[in-house]
Amino acid sequence: MNIAILSGKGGTGKTTVSTNLAMTLGVSYVDCDVEEPNGFIFLNPSIQKREDVFVEYPVIDQKKCVLCGACAKACQFNALAKAGKEIVVFEKLCHDCGACRLVCKADALSYVKRSMGKLESGMAKEINCYRGILNVGEPMAVPVMRKLLKELPKEDHLVDCPPGTSCNVVTALKYVDAAILVTEPSEFGLHDLKMAVELVRLYNIPYGIIINKDDGQDNMVKNYCRTNEVKLFGTVPYSMEAAALYSKGMMLCENDNHKKNFIHMAEKIKEAFTW
Amino acid sequence: MKIAVSATGQNKESLLDRRFGRCDYFLIYDTEAGEYKAIGNNGVSSGGGAGIAAASQVIEENVSVIITGNLGPNAFELIEKAGIKAYSCEALPVFRAVEMFQKNGLSDINAAGNAHYGMK
Amino acid sequence: MVISVLSGKGGTGKTTVVAALSELAKNVIKVDCDVDAPNLYLFYKGMDVEKKNFYGGKCAKINKSLCIECEICEEVCKFGAIKNWTIDPFSCEGCGACTLVCPQNAIKLVDEKTADTFITKTDKGIISRAMMGIGSDGSGKLVTELRKNANRFIEKNSITFLDGSPGIGCSVIASITDTDIALIVTEPTKSGLDDLKRILELAEHFETQVMICVNKYDINPDMTSQIENFAREKNLFVVGKIPFDQLVMKSVNTLKPITEFAESPARTAILEMWVHMNKLMKKYKQ
Repeated sequence: MNIAILSGKGGTGKTTVSTNLAMTLGVSYVDCDVEEPNGFIFLNPSIQKREDVFVEYPVIDQKKCVLCGACAKACQFNALAKAGKEIVVFEKLCHDCGACRLVCKADALSYVKRSMGKLESGMAKEINCYRGILNVGEPMAVPVMRKLLKELPKEDHLVDCPPGTSCNVVTALKYVDAAILVTEPSEFGLHDLKMAVELVRLYNIPYGIIINKDDGQDNMVKNYCRTNEVKLFGTVPYSMEAAALYSKGMMLCENDNHKKNFIHMAEKIKEAFTW
Repeated sequence: MKIAVSATGQNKESLLDRRFGRCDYFLIYDTEAGEYKAIGNNGVSSGGGAGIAAASQVIEENVSVIITGNLGPNAFELIEKAGIKAYSCEALPVFRAVEMFQKNGLSDINAAGNAHYGMK
Repeated sequence: MVISVLSGKGGTGKTTVVAALSELAKNVIKVDCDVDAPNLYLFYKGMDVEKKNFYGGKCAKINKSLCIECEICEEVCKFGAIKNWTIDPFSCEGCGACTLVCPQNAIKLVDEKTADTFITKTDKGIISRAMMGIGSDGSGKLVTELRKNANRFIEKNSITFLDGSPGIGCSVIASITDTDIALIVTEPTKSGLDDLKRILELAEHFETQVMICVNKYDINPDMTSQIENFAREKNLFVVGKIPFDQLVMKSVNTLKPITEFAESPARTAILEMWVHMNKLMKKYKQ
């Protein structure tokens, strides 16, 4: 059972919720916000395994190349171009699709690996922790996310997703069975929550909501949940004290004021996803 | 010889476009025939590598000279390898830019500018 | 003059800052580069004066009447986008490898509309923005398009503000290239500092002048000091420290820029930050 934690809007509390729920439920934590992974700050696992994420890019054997330019024409991403007496390769644009080799009649193309990120795994207080880290300067997060999620062992995971609703999050959703949407009670939070709901509905993924930084009142998000028959798993109340704990990289669920709340939400989640 | 000028419009009175990768048109001037021809820039619809698409297109037109604002590193590498010389010019009407080039009034681009130049 | 407002970490307050600075500057163009979750336009009762289709990428399409179900396309696809002679548009990267191997020429690459782009006129300049189709691809290309659409409105003394998205990937790269200033809005938390370091590394790649702003700085003065020390080590200016201010939530929920709340301490801090930024921008021009 893999459960995605997503939001639409950035900064609503995905990492806060996923790390604390993982600890409370005793399940593995996966940080697939590979552009800006934060989960390990709170869980502080001892890293046991580290590996590179490689992608391939083409290399041209200029002696064999007949300069027909078919590879450059076939490439949809402008990663190959013909300039005078040679074919030039632009590695960072290469999507590693293999189209260029398919059209080369001179057998002049081979592929070489380069690293674009890392995967790390370890343990924190009996839960397994996994994460991907994209190298700064690389435009595409998806290959790192894909490798991270594909290689997870068969166990339950809470998957901490990146913000947004486009291709990064869509990639994560391919590997999950259910989703928890984390929002905040504000106009921006609600606006972006609706986009996230549209996304999980599009993929027929069962979902529920957690409201973080909740004001304790009957707010616009609670109203939305009622009117649209959306499951609300619970709220994490706003408090300066919680904000301070977070700012220091500390876990809320280890604090007496918050422990019960996370246990309560964990129970509701288990029930809802019949797990 | 043929001269390519990055342009905002399709005729010789159009202003030169300082961007190379994402200008709307290239005006190709054939010095022997004394004629201009406009081609749409493929770089406009490119996701990444607009400079590469634009440079490839211009290379295929067999030009010897490019007049533009500046060239990003990808386009610059291609142009240089293709043996094409590039010159920098202000946003003048295209035919004036060509005149200035012919009078040796333009400085040449001999190093790549920042990537995505002209994307202000 | 182009000022990109970025953060690395989500939720630090970029949109709040962009909306406020846009009110303080005279001649302004706004571009909402957070195309996945665009919020900037919510602050303005604007009128859409332009709407265009945006084609973010290509997708392969199989002509079932020609398909002989040989599965060669499925074998060749490196993204697992083809199963049972059907293409999953969310996995398809538009590479065209399948079109090259199909013995029946039954597959074509087709332009996919992924967003609507808008120019929205507000009573203070335009916003160039987009509404992306849910789950779409091509964020970076879309950001580039939004910046290009906004270019038409540039005047001699206008300032373009780019409201960036969180992260460091293609849409952030497209918001940071060829800008004059990158204002990084961070928060005094361990996560904030971690993410600040990564976005800074990216900014260094692109040689844009970086300025730092610490939002909600008083929730952890110790972390704020750490950020200031870090900035000093890197020879970077912290141009503003905005206090935590309940009125900011009110500003978001009433959809009015914080500059409209005269007693707001955050407003005062942003005003001071703008003065500081202008001093530095004058210096850089020399």
